[in-house]
Amino acid sequence: MSTISRPEVEHLARLARIDMTDEELDRMAGQLGAVLDAVQQVASVVSDDVPATSHPVPLTNVTRPDVVRPGLSAEDALAAAPEAEDGRFRVPQILEEDA
Amino acid sequence: MSTTDVELVDYDEAVAEFDPVLGLEVHVELSTVTKMFSAAPTEFGAAPNTQVDPTSLGLPGALPVLNAKALESAVRIGLALNCTIASYCRFARKNYFYPDMPKNFQTSQYDEPIAYDGWLDVDVPASEDGSKPAFTYRVLIERAHMEEDTGKSLHVGGSTGRIHGAEYSLVDYNRAGIPLIEIVTRPLEGTGDRAPDVARAYVAALRDVLRSLDVSDVKMEQGSLRCDVNLSLRPTPDSPLGTRSETKNVNSLRSVERAVRYEVSRHAAVLRAGERVVQETRHWHEDTGLTTSGREKSDAEDYRYFPEPDLVPITPDPAWVEELRAALPEPPAQRRKRLQAEWGFSDLEMRDTANAGAVDLVEATVAAGASPAGARKWWTGELSRRANAEGVELSALRVGPADVAELQALVEAGTLTDRLAREALDGMLAGEGSAAEVVESRGLAVVSDESALVAAVDAAIAANPGVVEKIRGGKAQAAGALIGAVMKEMRGKADAARVRELVVERVGG
Repeated sequence: MSTISRPEVEHLARLARIDMTDEELDRMAGQLGAVLDAVQQVASVVSDDVPATSHPVPLTNVTRPDVVRPGLSAEDALAAAPEAEDGRFRVPQILEEDA
Repeated sequence: MSTTDVELVDYDEAVAEFDPVLGLEVHVELSTVTKMFSAAPTEFGAAPNTQVDPTSLGLPGALPVLNAKALESAVRIGLALNCTIASYCRFARKNYFYPDMPKNFQTSQYDEPIAYDGWLDVDVPASEDGSKPAFTYRVLIERAHMEEDTGKSLHVGGSTGRIHGAEYSLVDYNRAGIPLIEIVTRPLEGTGDRAPDVARAYVAALRDVLRSLDVSDVKMEQGSLRCDVNLSLRPTPDSPLGTRSETKNVNSLRSVERAVRYEVSRHAAVLRAGERVVQETRHWHEDTGLTTSGREKSDAEDYRYFPEPDLVPITPDPAWVEELRAALPEPPAQRRKRLQAEWGFSDLEMRDTANAGAVDLVEATVAAGASPAGARKWWTGELSRRANAEGVELSALRVGPADVAELQALVEAGTLTDRLAREALDGMLAGEGSAAEVVESRGLAVVSDESALVAAVDAAIAANPGVVEKIRGGKAQAAGALIGAVMKEMRGKADAARVRELVVERVGG
């Protein structure tokens, strides 16, 4: 049944910056496994002549001209920011990684 | 952030013992007026968060639409780099958490780049001391793909202003979403001890190509052209590739060369000590000429790419691609060779002209009637000095090719001496009018009235009997004093060579 291992869940949690307890990891492995099982049913009807679908509508080459349209003012842009300073978004310090 | 503890190996020893392999990734910011996926403006240096809209801020519900001009530029870059243009390609989401990307993913291309499998022939100049010859190296281009730039973070607090010790960061999203083309080479093998020169020459050649296409302002110092240098060493050219480091933030041609040299020496030291090179991102420091360790490449590499559902696939019309190909400008290296032959310049003269950014200006000045040598002399000499002093580009000076051609014509006609021509240039740069107008208004023309010159020479002879005695006594160089006196009398507006002839003639042997 479960096609996703606990170490895989741990890895995903780390990538997503989510702290999870041992118990949560176990539970999530089972739940994600069930989700994967459900999606996996699609594989039973896949044949070699059907390419994987990334876009449900048969559109290509949608572009817009390189013409400026008014965007947001700095004030509007920052209106929903939890914190702002000097016209910029203020975010917590970034640990262990470098810009 | 510690520099390596290992003592560096001397560069020449390092390349005698190991075979370097390079890989270069160049990001170029396109000079479109709007962003890659939205109509927000892209003005450089604007106040923080004023060049943004819901899409570049990643606000919920905002949908991206591709910039047609950016797509066209990407295809033209691909064609200029002799790439195949994809008949079908998609965008992909590159997922990572970092506040410079408000969506928590960067829209990029993954396994379907717009352009792939190209090449660029690079002319690597001889070393300065002439001990290593010039040669041409073909850099193979793996791919050129479209993506978007990130925002800029300012780290606040801590002692160094760098990220370590910072208490918080301030983010400006003006740059987020600006169109980028990332150009990735295949491994550059067989460069041997010339690896730093090849790396530099490649970035310079690529910059010339991009400039000729007019797709970017290619200013490395402003970050519109950025280079990441991958380097690894192996014992011999037949050995498998060694572990590479990726040095970021290398933002001048000279730094590209220095960073390669440094990494060659550092890798050699690590390998010689019997240790393993760590696969990691490193940061180049312009001030110290060192690289320091950034993050190790491990989990961070897991970007979980998947096709971007909000942007539809691109299928460039082959007829359109051929139209763009037919309209490409002459490749810069080829054009430079053609012009050098037409102008009869030496390699050094041509390189000086190119380094001064004056090839187009010399071409236009020659087209306006000046001799190539005369045009070169002005643009790489006096005008380069003036532009440097004012801190502007040559092309931003008030004096253009037609003005220079007119000024040079006056010099060649004998109306102006070099000194008077420089004075005329002062007036032209000050906006006093054309060369002829400035000569007229400032009264600069050389006095060609022979009788006035003779009178001045005779007066100088009469006033300096001591000097005349010396000349007659065989000290020919004493004539300089008389010539000086005449030039002063004529307020510089005389042809010094003619004055010398007259002095010799009138003093007699």
